[in-house]
Order: sequence, then C-alpha cells, then structure tokens
Amino acid sequence: MQTHSFDVIIVGAGGAGMRAALESGNRARTAVLTKLYPTRSHTGAAQGGMCAALANVEEDNWEWHTFDTIKGGDYLVDQDAAEVMCKEAIDAVLDLEKMGLPFNRTPEGRIDQRRFGGHTRNHGEAAVRRACYAADRTGHMILQTLYQNCIKAGIEFYNEFYVLDVVLSEVDGQPVASGVVAYELATGEIHVFKAKSVVFASGGFGKVFKTTSNAHTLTGDGMGIIWRKGLPLEDMEFYQFHPTGLAGLGVLLTEGARGEGGILRNATGERFMERVAPTIKDLAPRDMVARAMVQEVREGRGAGPNMDYVYLDLTHLPKEQIEEKLPDITEFARTYLGVDPVTELVPVFPTAHYAMGGIPTNVEAEVLRDNDHTIPGLYAAGECACVSVHGANRLGTNSLLDINVFGRRAGINAAEYANSVSHVELPDDPAAYTIELVEMLRSSTGGERVSTIRREMQETMDMNAQVYRTEATLKQALADIQGLQRRYRNVSIQDKGTRYNTDLLEAIELGFLLDLAQVLIVSALERKESRGGHAREDYTTRDDVNFMRHTMAYRGVDDQGQEFVSLDYKPVVVTRYQPMERKY
Amino acid sequence: MTAAVVVPETPVLIAQDVTFRIARFLPDVDSEVHWEDFVVPMYPTDRVLDALSKIKGDLDGTLSFRRSCGHGICGSDAMRINGRNRLACKTLVKDLDSSKPITVEAIKGLPLEKDLIVDMEPFFAAYRQVLPFLIPDGHEPSRERLQSAEDRAIFDDGTKCILCACCTTSCPVYWTDGQYFGPAAIVAAHRFIFDSRDSGAEQRLEILNDREGVWRCRTTFNCTDACPRGIEITKAIQEVKRALIFRRV
Repeated sequence: MQTHSFDVIIVGAGGAGMRAALESGNRARTAVLTKLYPTRSHTGAAQGGMCAALANVEEDNWEWHTFDTIKGGDYLVDQDAAEVMCKEAIDAVLDLEKMGLPFNRTPEGRIDQRRFGGHTRNHGEAAVRRACYAADRTGHMILQTLYQNCIKAGIEFYNEFYVLDVVLSEVDGQPVASGVVAYELATGEIHVFKAKSVVFASGGFGKVFKTTSNAHTLTGDGMGIIWRKGLPLEDMEFYQFHPTGLAGLGVLLTEGARGEGGILRNATGERFMERVAPTIKDLAPRDMVARAMVQEVREGRGAGPNMDYVYLDLTHLPKEQIEEKLPDITEFARTYLGVDPVTELVPVFPTAHYAMGGIPTNVEAEVLRDNDHTIPGLYAAGECACVSVHGANRLGTNSLLDINVFGRRAGINAAEYANSVSHVELPDDPAAYTIELVEMLRSSTGGERVSTIRREMQETMDMNAQVYRTEATLKQALADIQGLQRRYRNVSIQDKGTRYNTDLLEAIELGFLLDLAQVLIVSALERKESRGGHAREDYTTRDDVNFMRHTMAYRGVDDQGQEFVSLDYKPVVVTRYQPMERKY
Repeated sequence: MTAAVVVPETPVLIAQDVTFRIARFLPDVDSEVHWEDFVVPMYPTDRVLDALSKIKGDLDGTLSFRRSCGHGICGSDAMRINGRNRLACKTLVKDLDSSKPITVEAIKGLPLEKDLIVDMEPFFAAYRQVLPFLIPDGHEPSRERLQSAEDRAIFDDGTKCILCACCTTSCPVYWTDGQYFGPAAIVAAHRFIFDSRDSGAEQRLEILNDREGVWRCRTTFNCTDACPRGIEITKAIQEVKRALIFRRV
C-alpha cells in the first residue's frame, strides 16, 4: 500500500473535475484521480450546447434564464442556486472561449447561439437563442479544452485510479474529510491519498437502466461511496429520460436537432408536440416531450414493425445545415441504424440520460451531511452533486453549464479551505474497508455472475422505474433489486489477477449501481405526486402542499444488520418565483 | 411530411454464430501472445464491442479491454479488427465478413499490458509535447475574441480528434520509431497552429521540425484511413510541412 499527500484531491476528470482542477491547481497542491483517462470522460458525449444569456443574436438576460431553469425544474429548483448559475453562465462561456474552445461563430465573429428545449424569451413568450455551441460536439470541445488547459497548467493526474472510499476523520465529534482510498487498475495496488480537501466530480449512474445514453463506466461510484458512509443523497427519484435516443440503442441525438428546426412525428406523420406544448412545441422541456412520446406509442401511434418508437424528422432542413451543425448525430444515425437523416426519418425513443439528484451541496459546492451542516473539506460538483439547480427536470445545456460554474466554485473553495487548515490525522487503518471489499470479491467462490445480475437490474429498472411509474411497478422494482442485492453477495469473478482486472472493476461498479437503484426506487415510492421527471400514474398532478420539498435519503442499518433506506426532507429555497402551472 | 420523405425500412434481423479470434495475453499467466477463438450469437447490427462484452460477461471474465461511451466519442476502444485499426463500438458485424473468424488484437506500437490493453502513456506524452493548448497574445479582451466563421473552418477538422490513437498506431513509421511524434500529436499541433486566435505557431513548428517531427511522415495515408472521425490527417501533416517550408501559416 502506498500513501500520498496532497492539499486537494479531485475525484473524476470530466468537465467538473477538470474545471475544479484549473482553479485549485494554481492555489494549492492538487491531484486529479480518474478511473479512466481524462479525455474518455462522459462530458465528451454532450452535444448540443451550453446556455448563457450572452444576447449575441437576440435580446436575452440571465433573469429569463433563471426563470426558465426554475420552471423547467418544475419548481423543485433551489432558486438561489439557479440565480448563481445563470448569472455566472456568461463568464463561464467567455472563460472557455479564452481557453481556446472553438465555438461556432456568427457572421460578426461572435459566439453563435441556437434554440434549446425550455429556454425562452421573457418568461415563456417564445423559444430564444441561448445555447452556445460547437457543432454538435460541444461537450467534446469542453472536455478537450479543459484537458488542454490542465496540461498547460501542469495539473497532476492519476489515470486509471479507481477511488473506492472517502476517508473521514473526527474532529470535535464532527466528520471532516481527510482523504480517499484508490485502487490502481494497472497494478491492483491500494493507495491512500491524504488530503485537506476532497472534491467529488465522478458523474452519474445511468447504467442502472438498460436503455441509456450513458457510458458503460457511469456507475455512480462517487454517489455510492457517499451513500455507504451514511451521508445523504438528495432527490434521487428524479432521473431524466432524454426524448431522442436512437430507438433500441439509446445513443443520444441532441435536442439541438430540434433547436435547428427538427420535428417529432408519430407513425401517421402528425407533429404531436403541437397538441402538448402549443407555444414552443418540439422545444418543450425533456420530461414533457419524453412523456408525450411514450403516450403516442401507448395509444397506438408508434412507428416501426412493433409500433414502439416515433420519428425525428430533419428532412425539411437544408443538407448543408444538417452536415455543418449536426454532423456527429447524422453519422450516429447512419452508422448504427443505417438511416440517413438528410432524406429519412430517424427512429427515436426516450433514453435514460441524467441524474438530477445526487450528493447534496450548497452553492459553495460544500457537501451537506444533513439539512443544516456541511462536512469541512468535502465538496461535490457536476452530475454526482445536487445543488439543486435542476430540480425535478434539468433543461438541456444546463449540465454543461453546471459543471463549469460549480466545478469552478468547488475548485476555488476546496483550495482556499485547504490553505486555511493543516492536515487532519487519518483514522487508524484508513484502507481497511477497501482492502476487504477487493479481497472479498477476488476470493469469492459464489455462483453468481456480474453480467447476469446487471442485466436483470437494468431490465427491471427499464420496465418499472422509467418515464412512468406507479406504486405497483415501483414495488416490483424494489423487490427485484433487493433480491439482486442478496444474490450479489454470492457474486464471483473469474479474473483473479492483479493487473488491469476489469472483471473486479465491473463487480465493484455493480455494487454501487444496486445501492443507487434502491435509493432511487424508495425515494420514488414515497413521492406520491408527479413532478418533472418523476411521473406517477397513480398520483398524476403536482402536489405543492405535501411535496414541494427535496428528498434526503440516508442509509440505515437495523438491529439484524439489514440495510434500509430512510427518508427525510429538505425545504426548497424560493426567492422570487412562486410555483405556477407549467404550460409551454 | 412531404411525399419525398423516405420511411426507413426495418430489415428482419436474425442472430447467427460468429467466431471472434482474439489475441490473448494475461501478464500473470502467459509468456507470449496467443490466439483464442470464441463463438457468440450476433445480430448484424451488433457492434464488435457487444461481442467482447458478451464474451467477457458470459464466457471468459478474464478477457480485458477498455471501453466507455460505446458510440465512438470517447476513444477508449481502439483495436485492430481484421488487421485494421478501428473503434470496437463503431464497427458493426454486418460491415465485416462474418463467414470467417473476425480477428481482434491490441493496437500496435505501444507496449502491450494485457489482452487488448496497451500502455497509452507514450501516446499522451507525444501529445503533451506539441503544446496542445491555445497560446494567446498578451491582449485579453473583456468579451470573447472575435473569429470569423471562415477562420474557424480552417482548423475545424482537427478539433474532432478523440485521441483514440487509431492513426498513430497504424503508422509504419511509428511502429519502427517510437520517438516519432505520430499523426495524432501533429493533428493537435495543426489545430492550434491554424487557429487565428493563437500565437504559438512558431514554437510548435520548431518542435515539429525536430528529427522525430513531421519530416518522418512518409505519406502512406494509413492514418487517414484509420481515423474513426474522418479527419484528413495526412492533409493536416502536409499543411504543417508546408508551413515549415514557407514559415507562415
């Protein structure tokens, strides 16, 4: 076992992690740990854009952006946090440009902007051009640009170091972050990283679902680590299903396609979003569009041999516009479905995309241990965190914004805190839990396979906890997941080696996924209303009297050593927007 | 919907057994690389990555490879498939001759670590050497720097690069001379040399004028053929050579 010592440890090298590193690296001794290589992170798969009220192509201001974010989030957004994000959005975009990001340009040479779902002028009058973009690879360009600037700044990376635990020490009876424990994939060695501050920027957990736009590696490790420490996870029932995944595959096709004028049609050719959102139609927020698509299929207007998808129609757009502004998704449709969007309709259906919930933080990116207290030295940003700027449904482009605004804040605050304190003593044997976890999996002789349990988990989640939910489906999902958790105790791996043991890696990832699936389901069961991305068929309306509050889920262990999910609630921060009915 | 719109036909898909012949190397066990065959039922639209996942999940958990996004944007799963560098997640079974075994091996020219996993460090080290970041002149505007759409278009192609190493590890010069920067690093340099906002062209050209720089390129076009992002790599290298000769960009 090796021990290292840094001021700041950042877990994850996607957009949030590297944006944090750029701030932290010039203030304090910083290292970034990633289970991948930085450029493999899933920020790179984001396509359509990053919103900021630059007003480069039409009138706009950050207050309109704030309102859209809150309304889009179905009033579960903490309004102070949304104000921070939308106000700082403008500098966040300009900072990226100054770092070299090749944004598309207007004829005047300014950063170009396009329309995106739920982003409107003057509180809902019409769609507004707010999304700054680089073709349909905006996330790729953000990831590349941040990595390039990390190279420029000499940031220290530990690639393929899989963080499995956060170390908390006790100071005056309160938990304080003091480091992390990581497994080095190349050698199988365990490393302890002592740190004054720890920033989690470890991404989402889309792999609990079968049909997802998420990478194979998005397994909620950071959230899972926090959960196992007995710390809360917020609003985990709110999971976003992106309307336009390639049918059957889940590969993402950007909402920017509709921003450029694309239209959703059912099997009869009808533009069904006109019925659902008469003002902004296909550019309604994602939760509404995803539900409308599922309804079309349920009511027999789905397309294809099994009538189980709808179409994205770009055929009326000029070929040059499609190839210049949407080249990647055009290629995805051609490669994976053999469909050419220039002349053909593209089969699409909702795909699991984004966790609105996660590790609760305040606007300073400090992690909460309950409604009122933070954990000194512990920070989180990006998809693994819940500030909450996305509430019950995230607007398109606001994730790229979130990672830049709150990644930056996490980096600054983690470094400044680290500079103000000395190292806290590590507890005895800080790697004990991790060593046991790894050894247990490596030596297990049980008969269960990782791939089988993972497949069954994903199938029940798609079947029972997807776009629409009821008490019955959620109870079914819960029973299934609890059964799988019991079987997981007998999981064994074939690779007993020390080097690049991806068999072991997948087994550990599955453990985190099962934990998070359970939290999602229990949180969803108790939210007896429909709000944003959480649609209950047995409670079809939003209930502001009983449920305008954040869910805070904690891991409990009963007298028999049995784990359970215990729920508490946290008030929503309301500054200037009272909840209204959500119409578009 | 206009009459000209084509509703895509959905072919009937039938799974058939396909043999994958994989170059195996487990460092804890094997002394050298050897071939191993696996037969898996595959649909024509399945990706080679799906086959590898099935083999790992159901047949042999020790099979080791990198993968992440699964749709050709993260660059993790570059490998030699039927002798050609490709991304496993972007190569569909129907585009290969599945009547014969499909061969899968690690990319060449980087140290082999295990099965399909190579040490990527030398590849990223070359990338870091060419100063792959914007070097602005001292003047920082309060808003964005202006850039015309035409100026941006000049270096657009290179910005698509996902650093998968398909190009560099398909280059015969790189196979024999591990010191050569390789195509991916030159593409990265090109992307900044030709960016109107950048003023570091001289420094980068000097680096690439090195004996391990652009002059090593023999214009075999392997890199361009291998690029899963369709970047015209050989053209970019030629443009860097030309810039070196005329010392202007």
